[in-house]
Amino acid sequence: MHEMSIAEGVLQLIEEAASRDGFTHVRTIWVEIGRLSGVEPEALAFCFDAVTRGSIAEGAAFEIVAVPGRGLCYECGRETELEAVYDACRHCGAVPVQVTGGTEMRVKELEVD
Amino acid sequence: MCTTCGCGDGETRIEGEDPHGHEHEHLHADGTRHVHSHSHDGGDSHHHAHAHGHGHAYMPAHSHAPGMAKGRMVQIEQDILAKNNAYARQNREQFAKRGIFALNLVSSPGSGKTTLLVKTIEALAGRQPVAVIEGDQQTSNDAERIRATGAPAIQINTGKGCHLDAHMVGHALEKLALADASLLMIENVGNLVCPASFDLGEAHKVVILSVTEGEDKPIKYPDMFAAASLMLLNKCDLLPYLAFDVDSAIAHARRVNPGIEVIRTSSTSGEGMAEWLAWIARGAAAARG
Repeated sequence: MHEMSIAEGVLQLIEEAASRDGFTHVRTIWVEIGRLSGVEPEALAFCFDAVTRGSIAEGAAFEIVAVPGRGLCYECGRETELEAVYDACRHCGAVPVQVTGGTEMRVKELEVD
Repeated sequence: MCTTCGCGDGETRIEGEDPHGHEHEHLHADGTRHVHSHSHDGGDSHHHAHAHGHGHAYMPAHSHAPGMAKGRMVQIEQDILAKNNAYARQNREQFAKRGIFALNLVSSPGSGKTTLLVKTIEALAGRQPVAVIEGDQQTSNDAERIRATGAPAIQINTGKGCHLDAHMVGHALEKLALADASLLMIENVGNLVCPASFDLGEAHKVVILSVTEGEDKPIKYPDMFAAASLMLLNKCDLLPYLAFDVDSAIAHARRVNPGIEVIRTSSTSGEGMAEWLAWIARGAAAARG
């Protein structure tokens, strides 16, 4: 359940932004979650609801921006999309593929009052 | 974890700390208050640099009618693990300054990590100072097993937590009698999922896979095997009694991590111990500079 720690990290970033920016309520949060980040988006949304109770982000809509996994094929040198880190290259079928994107977990933007 | 400073939620316990240290009161924007206690002792021993900024907006209650107009947009663009990574960086700087070679040992529960640690410490006795940080949800049994070898060890109990984070390790370092130029082995909570995401400041993650597990574990739990530099294929003395396919296990691991090194080990027969100790010696020499 490390989604709980991740959700707490998200709330921490929100509270830091609130003290910088002076907002008192969060309506919507956009979070970028890479396909290869090791985080289950639905579990994260559930945990976010739980940890934000009583905070300035209580009831905020949690919008997940999915980022596809990307890799570079060692064999044919082309970019390929990855569902998992062990996927074969879509162009030539070779494994392994070097992961180049889709591991991120970022808070992008907030809609606030 | 406390969402304000990242410190104890009443679940995490580090041996030797007063769990009822000091209390913090937080006032939320909506006027509610909550109090939590910090599970570290205050005062001078608290050297670990700490983000104590309290991120609450002390603003009057807003009078906005929801749904009336679009809210203001605030750009954040911040990595969610940035806090952990900042603590990990502090730990790593401390290790570099003191010539410490730190390893983060990860595996499923029951892979034989603690026994392998004990054997490793015994083999290094008199040659290389060793210290251990033990992570488990409950009990200090493992730290006691390590201390019985004479090596300093400290237990972190994560309570309901499923992994160690860099902040817990930073606090444990304050309590640990860690000699310069030590080998520091951090035994993470037995879990092949969550510890993969949390950098502790280590030089390498070492993943231990025992041959009583499935050889396809590296692709069932790919993130951990992708994050590790070395895989110890442990309990190899049991291979004659099992249908475990060593080559297939290594192929699975290299499919998620082409660069992963592999050593076959057994704490019972001593197989692979010389190779494992040589791997440690190379890393420790590099860490000493």
